[in-house]
Amino acid sequence: MSGELHPFDISWLRLMAAAVLVLVALALSLWQRLGLGKGLVVGAIRATVQLVAVGYVLVWLFAADRWYLVLAVLGLMVAVATHTAARRQAKGAAERRTILPIAGLAILAGAGLTLAYVTAVVIHVSPWYNPRYLIPLFGMIVANSMNAAALALERLASEMDAHRAEVEAWLALGATPGQASAEAARRATVAAMIPAVNALAVVGVVSLPGMMTGQILAGADPALAVRYQLVVMFMLTAATGITAAIAVQAYRRTFFTPAAQLKPRAPA
Amino acid sequence: MRSELRPAAAGLAAEAAFRLRGVRQVRDGRTTLDGIDLDLPRGGFTALIGPSGSGKTSLLRLLNRLDDPASGTIEFLGRPIAEYRVRELRRRIGFVFQAPVMFPGTVLANLQAAHGLAKAEVPPVDESGARELLALAGLDPDFVGRQALDLSGGEKQRVALARALTTAPEVLLLDEPTAALDPEVADRLVHTLSELRVSRSLTMVMVTHRLREARIAATYVAMLEAGRVVEAGEAGALLREPQQARTRAFLQAGEGELG
Ligand SMILES: Nc1ncnc2c1ncn2[C@@H]1O[C@H](COP(=O)(O)OP(=O)(O)O)[C@@H](O)[C@H]1O
Ligand SMILES: [Mg+2]
Repeated sequence: MSGELHPFDISWLRLMAAAVLVLVALALSLWQRLGLGKGLVVGAIRATVQLVAVGYVLVWLFAADRWYLVLAVLGLMVAVATHTAARRQAKGAAERRTILPIAGLAILAGAGLTLAYVTAVVIHVSPWYNPRYLIPLFGMIVANSMNAAALALERLASEMDAHRAEVEAWLALGATPGQASAEAARRATVAAMIPAVNALAVVGVVSLPGMMTGQILAGADPALAVRYQLVVMFMLTAATGITAAIAVQAYRRTFFTPAAQLKPRAPA
Repeated sequence: MRSELRPAAAGLAAEAAFRLRGVRQVRDGRTTLDGIDLDLPRGGFTALIGPSGSGKTSLLRLLNRLDDPASGTIEFLGRPIAEYRVRELRRRIGFVFQAPVMFPGTVLANLQAAHGLAKAEVPPVDESGARELLALAGLDPDFVGRQALDLSGGEKQRVALARALTTAPEVLLLDEPTAALDPEVADRLVHTLSELRVSRSLTMVMVTHRLREARIAATYVAMLEAGRVVEAGEAGALLREPQQARTRAFLQAGEGELG
């Protein structure tokens, strides 16, 4: 049952034992009247259902071993991430129409390019669509791209709103929209990249990344797990940067008319 | 030269810098300008007066295309302003905002900003050039090395004025440039503007709610109310003997306010 490369199995019964840990938090919530009880229970159940479902999808996908199925799943991941990133920023229908394609392009390019590089150049995945590598790697990448896109869009909108007078002062001096929004764009890009930069700085000191921990628990050589983790961190940095940059560059244009005028604030 | 010349009133150039016809503006679904017909004399100092909310800012913003009107035509030197390249138009028509916006960095950096935007079109500003511009704007040239964001409101407004001059504009649009200033500082700034108009052959268009500033500097006055021109004409005559009762009421209220 145990051995160097065979992890301890977690039976369904043992999983139930783990679920007791949620009850601890639940008890705390009731005792301190935190009002988190419902969220905790629903969240724990949702997490279980979602992850078990994902597990079965992965089993099926690995068995089917078809490149088009893998690409379809990757596409679905991008679509969900796009929807989630855009939902946080877009309030009205018009704004959605503007933001959805921007978020989609930014996530697709940032996550797709990074995945292609990592699987082809770094890991040499074979066959190229091997779902055992592509799906989990892309999951991590897309989640980061999604957050980067959401942060970048949100921050750019708030910067453009807070600095309308400055942007118009630049325009009045003969600036292009790109020049007038350069500072806002810079701040939005930085804001979207800070989590990735911080993660690089604290990894191994403050945080032991989940993926590495998981690999070690699952029986992998820690040295290999560390190298994988480094690949992952570099890859997430790239995905974050590409996504943030594309989102900001595409989104900033939408604040201006073709005659280099700052559009009025969207009615609240 | 334009075919229709205005009758040459005292102190007025006959040619219009701006010619507005049937200009209507809508903001947030509300009509803020409604059928504006106005000629703003070239080389003159136009004061746009009128109660708060009458559309003065809305009108001024149309002249360098910070906004476009909902309908109507605006000509600059006889050509529709939409026919000019918009960035070039804005370099030729400077804008000084009501609340001065300083860019981070030194005063010198602020005066070099326009050159940084268009190196081929805007000549560079070195330190001595910057000192000259500051003097023109009525500020001690030694301000050149100061941090722009640390200046007082009046000093910022003068840097904003000097910065607007860096593109060598033919026109300056000023939106209540003295609103945040003490009356004495305000008076001095208006005198500076008046001198600049002559020394640099500028066309000035200034929104003001201070009657005394119109008296100091204006050669031409347009009185707005509720998005319409109530009355417009040569400054001396209009301020002395307004033809419209509403202008009269507005001017009298202004006199009272200023004591
Ligand atoms: N950005 C804006 N959005 C919507 N309405 C505006 C905006 N700016 C001004 N208005 C409205 O337009 C009218 C004219 O305003 P404005 O041109 O600023 O007048 P003034 O400069 O004479 O005080 C006012 O009723 C004002 O409330
Ligand atoms: Mg105003």
